[in-house]
Amino acid sequence: METVNVFLMGKKYEVPSNLTIMGAMEYAGYQLVRGCGCRNGFCGACATIYRVLGDPELHACLACQTKVENNMYVATLPFFPLVKQVYDMEKIKPTEQIMMQLYPEIYSCIGCNACTKSCTQGLNVMQYIAYAQRGEYAKCAELSFDCVMCGVCSSRCPAGISHPQVALLARRLNGKYLAPHTQHLDDRIAEIRDGKFEDLLSSLMNKPIDEIRELYNNREIEK
Amino acid sequence: MYNEEMTVSIRKVEAARAANAALEPRRMTAEEKDALLRTYHPDYKKGEFRTLKIGANAGEQVPTELAALLQGHSRINPDKIDLRHADYDVDVLIIGGGGAGSSAAIEADNHGARVMIVTKLRIGDANTMMAEGGIQAADKPNDSPAIHYLDAFGGGHFAAKPALLYKLVTEAPDAIKWLNDLGVEFDKDADGTMITTHGGGTSRKRMHAAKDYSGAEIMRTLRDEVLNRGIPVVDFTAVIEIVLDENGAAAGAVLLNMETGEIRIARAKTVVIATGGAGRLHYQGFPTSNHYGATADGLILAYRAGAKLLYADTLQYHPTGAAYPEQIFGALVTEKVRSLGAKLVNVNGEVFMHPLETRDVAAASIIRECSDRGNGVPTSDGVGVWLDTPMIELKNGEGTIEKRIPAMMRMFGKYGIDIRREPILVYPTLHYQNGGIDITPDGMSCVENLYVAG
Ligand SMILES: Cc1cc2nc3c(=O)[nH]c(=O)nc-3n(C[C@H](O)[C@H](O)[C@H](O)COP(=O)(O)OP(=O)(O)OC[C@H]3O[C@@H](n4cnc5c(N)ncnc54)[C@H](O)[C@@H]3O)c2cc1C
Ligand code: FES
Repeated sequence: METVNVFLMGKKYEVPSNLTIMGAMEYAGYQLVRGCGCRNGFCGACATIYRVLGDPELHACLACQTKVENNMYVATLPFFPLVKQVYDMEKIKPTEQIMMQLYPEIYSCIGCNACTKSCTQGLNVMQYIAYAQRGEYAKCAELSFDCVMCGVCSSRCPAGISHPQVALLARRLNGKYLAPHTQHLDDRIAEIRDGKFEDLLSSLMNKPIDEIRELYNNREIEK
Repeated sequence: MYNEEMTVSIRKVEAARAANAALEPRRMTAEEKDALLRTYHPDYKKGEFRTLKIGANAGEQVPTELAALLQGHSRINPDKIDLRHADYDVDVLIIGGGGAGSSAAIEADNHGARVMIVTKLRIGDANTMMAEGGIQAADKPNDSPAIHYLDAFGGGHFAAKPALLYKLVTEAPDAIKWLNDLGVEFDKDADGTMITTHGGGTSRKRMHAAKDYSGAEIMRTLRDEVLNRGIPVVDFTAVIEIVLDENGAAAGAVLLNMETGEIRIARAKTVVIATGGAGRLHYQGFPTSNHYGATADGLILAYRAGAKLLYADTLQYHPTGAAYPEQIFGALVTEKVRSLGAKLVNVNGEVFMHPLETRDVAAASIIRECSDRGNGVPTSDGVGVWLDTPMIELKNGEGTIEKRIPAMMRMFGKYGIDIRREPILVYPTLHYQNGGIDITPDGMSCVENLYVAG
């Protein structure tokens, strides 16, 4: 078995080289309570920073998605205090002012791009903040869509911006107010409310299983 | 990234790609499916189940690992618990901060109840966050709740409780609307029409998605809404017992702070169990697609309180878990990859089944291909078959993968596999518990005031 040396919170462990950082922590004997959720790159619970000996660059990653390297110095970031403003989705509107009211610090962005460089999902964070500044919420929503809200970007931001929360607000505004309205959904809900399918459903539910089986096995399947 | 043996097989997959893409494989007959399932599906492995000796389901079979927990001792000593002093006192206590728990909390809040969520990890660290493919509702003109009913009833081998299924299919469009109104960004055409695809076994395209982060998009929106409303969330705290009152009705719960080991008591008028699945029990040694906290807690809490379980012996093995590389062994490869046109191909480059059979049939078929038929591709952890992702772009044009399944592209891209150009290796993974706690259409278990959602 090929092994590498990793330094977990500065302490040295020898671990199999094919493990993820999360796997290496468990292999070393950590029983994780914090810093571990989906184990598959979706929840952002496992934000982690590291340096590799001899290279001054500070890297950020998701521990469940990143393979260990030799001489990696790892510190987990199981919690980062993001600023989350509260708002009533029914009352706010997708105007430029709403960001100014809720997250005014985005206008203090100095353009250092540290957020983008540190994003564990490889997103163009600074650009989506620029869209948010201009009230272009659909664009902000699209560019930030894959955000897992791990908070690493905010930990690197000299302006104190909570990028994931800004993006979340933009996406909710987009989903609720800017994206086109779905008429067929309203129509179907009304049809169900008016009982249009009751007869069909109850006749189906009252059929003997053999008959239902027959219907199922011979149903027409949309291409 | 692929080893030599795999690369040799990939050449065969590539050579056959154009022909395979054009092929419309035959669907299996009902008899063929039955025989396949009985021989190859893990639910039919008798030695992996135990008969329960105690509780509401005594005499029934459940997976060995679950039996041990259902019949185990409590982790607390009743003498050390003082129920006279509740640390929390609420109307509605919700156990589990996933999609079901968060939705229940929002609705309870809408109706003026004092509600609290207790959850084992953070709110949103849940299977909901991981759902990729999408959420089904019959809201298109060519579809109807009755067709949805037939698809789901047949897909579940006619074992569903009709009243529950009726509720599901008639309320699903409402649920989509409810989420959309909260700001969930469903995939839509320019005129607002939902972009929907097939799921395994569906006869209409009714799967609504938000790219392949459908669950994440739903979960982060729900979480934001819970926080906006100031609903208290007690995180890193597991419920370890349900408390019953003198009449046997649910009246609260015993809580364990996962970090400090401290025990707390919550009193409530109504208790809702929304603790999700059981994949992390790794039944039969299968890998799982589930999150860290999916350990069947709800089944055990409810069973110990007197509730009855239903179909605890039927599990869903998702046919396409990642089989390679080993860092993502067991992780879900969403069904949408197949809905978009990728087919399952064996070591020789042959398509061996229709890609959109129901999940149990597809899983059993892959297991057959890799075992008795010997047509699997060996990996370091076992074996797998190809899911020929480049077919998607062949059929739908370049850029489709990046636009429709970015999470999949990223998941494999991290390990040097470009799914636009190379196929991926898959094998069934433990995904979902088909059964759960037996409930009425209003969600109550047979224990008074003990509700279940999920
Ligand atoms: C990888 C993956 C992909 C999926 N894809 C799809 C899909 O495309 N379409 C679809 O319809 N379904 C899909 N599913 C299934 C779907 O995600 C789940 O059925 C659904 O999200 C369950 O929601 P839930 O709220 O009941 O449970 P969860 O979202 O799992 O939430 C349960 C919560 O309870 C907490 N908890 C557990 N035990 C305790 C305890 N003792 N005390 C306190 N809290 C506790 C957990 O930590 C968690 O936060 C998928 C599932 C997975 C795993
Ligand atoms: S544990 Fe969820 S992203 Fe790593």
